[in-house]
Amino acid sequence: MTDLNTLGLAEARDALRAGSTTSKELTEACLKAIEGAGALNAFVHHTPEIATNQAAAADARIKAGDAPAMCGLPIGIKDLFCTKGVPSQAGSRILEGFLPEYESTVSGNLLDSGAVMLGKLNMDEFAMGSSNETSVYGNVINPWKVDDRDLTPGGSSGGSAAAVAADLCLAATGTDTGGSIRQPAAFTGTVGIKPTYGRCSRWGVVAFASSLDQAGPMTKSVRDAAIMLETMCGYDPKDSTSADLAVPNFEAVMTGDIRGKKIGLPKEYRMDGMPEEIEKLWANGADMLRDAGAEIVDISLPHTKYALPAYYVIAPAEASSNLARYDGVRYGHRAELDEGDGITEMYEKTRAEGFGPEVQRRVMIGTYVLSAGFYDAYYNRARRVRTLIKKDFEDVFAAGVDAILTPATPTSAFGLGEMTDVDPVQMYLNDVFTVTVNMAGLPGISVPAGLDSKGLPMGLQLIGRPWEEGDLLSSAYALEKAVGFVAKPTKWW
Amino acid sequence: MSIDPSTAARVAKLARIKVEDDALPALAAEFNTILGFIEQLNEVDVEGVEPMTSVTPQRLKRRADVVTDGSQQKAVLKNSPDAREGFFAVPKVME
Repeated sequence: MTDLNTLGLAEARDALRAGSTTSKELTEACLKAIEGAGALNAFVHHTPEIATNQAAAADARIKAGDAPAMCGLPIGIKDLFCTKGVPSQAGSRILEGFLPEYESTVSGNLLDSGAVMLGKLNMDEFAMGSSNETSVYGNVINPWKVDDRDLTPGGSSGGSAAAVAADLCLAATGTDTGGSIRQPAAFTGTVGIKPTYGRCSRWGVVAFASSLDQAGPMTKSVRDAAIMLETMCGYDPKDSTSADLAVPNFEAVMTGDIRGKKIGLPKEYRMDGMPEEIEKLWANGADMLRDAGAEIVDISLPHTKYALPAYYVIAPAEASSNLARYDGVRYGHRAELDEGDGITEMYEKTRAEGFGPEVQRRVMIGTYVLSAGFYDAYYNRARRVRTLIKKDFEDVFAAGVDAILTPATPTSAFGLGEMTDVDPVQMYLNDVFTVTVNMAGLPGISVPAGLDSKGLPMGLQLIGRPWEEGDLLSSAYALEKAVGFVAKPTKWW
Repeated sequence: MSIDPSTAARVAKLARIKVEDDALPALAAEFNTILGFIEQLNEVDVEGVEPMTSVTPQRLKRRADVVTDGSQQKAVLKNSPDAREGFFAVPKVME
């Protein structure tokens, strides 16, 4: 008998509808898997009672014939989403003890459709990181292991990626500001999609960089991503950047027929010193899409190399503004004060104690680039560069390109602690292929495309036109079928 | 643009984050590394380019100017480290 926790969303949904399994059984299988997976440190707040109750309610709905696609399917929720009455800390000490009095729109959409919440997933603090090494809960360990090193699952959605790869849940929510869904998906052999900016509501998602953040699903297959994304998306009047556009049935649009489609390969993504394996993976991916009937064209995105430095001006600037609210007054940690301490000391001590070093670094860089005398030289210049980055993509799409194929990451998963002593910029380079997509507000997906010589998964990224997630998923589906990636991590935990 | 420890101290103050004096030189060095990386933005010709405000072209939606929320004092105060008599209690703000 197949372990039910190893199913994907589509298979489980079909089994539920056929009556060959129940949400109760699916949920119990996942809870059991989670219990045995403490070593991964993926789930950090466990909600087995809530899950069991939700599963029972879902089973009743399925029996009554009123079951949306996600009904009864057990998933994990990234700690960045405010979940009512359930700890939501954004991986930070500064939100220790915070129990939201409200549910984020995206997690609410999933729960309203009957999905079962197994718990909250580990992540880099305030979504700032690419290795899940900055979390107050400690590191997440990648279920993929090829020697005695503990590897990173990527970040910031490291817990989500690890949980999906290790079959602790059928799928998970993630968020992506500079690559935080797509990079961990690539490091764990899973699928992750970041939709067009505005597709998913940001209401109730702890804010990092408001012009870049987007929620998205992390799943075992492209079909699963299509199913879950549809439920997560939708106009929300509570988010003024939410797009008032109908959400298509992505699964229905996702035919996988890419005959006649134009797929662009941007020459600027061929970086100096890029490992040969990644180059080969990319070339193979292009060949597979060509064999499936697509036309492969070389394209140019001239401002590519400036996306990462521009991101490291804009994201910290927006973060410094968004994180100003963590002052110990209304929620979360408040520092113990000394005799004579006033309000300023309260703010300063609370934030020094509550924020980890990477968060402090980014908040302060952001403060600097926004400060009087530097605002124009840094922040405004970066925003102008951003306009040019977006224009590069607009020009390419206007010339008839349907999607763009790139590597997802410059390497496969590295060892935990290997990047600790190098300067922060080295860690930032992990996002070099993914950051451009957030800067331009486009949809992007990472699909597992092969194993490297060590046996670790590598991903390829497809970037689509604004609002055309269905089309993007279709191209991704074609790639996934051609690749035939079936490898799973060997259970060591 | 080079950052010295006194500038780092000023930035920490603006950000309301307490940084010990002996940690300032290391912080300044980190800032300099990151700013060094950002310097390359100066290579780009941005003449006549508008700074991006909204990544997705959109008009801000409006709604009728009526009260649609509120009266949730208990929920609002629920997570406060120090809530008293319907207020958030904090140390003295003004001299």
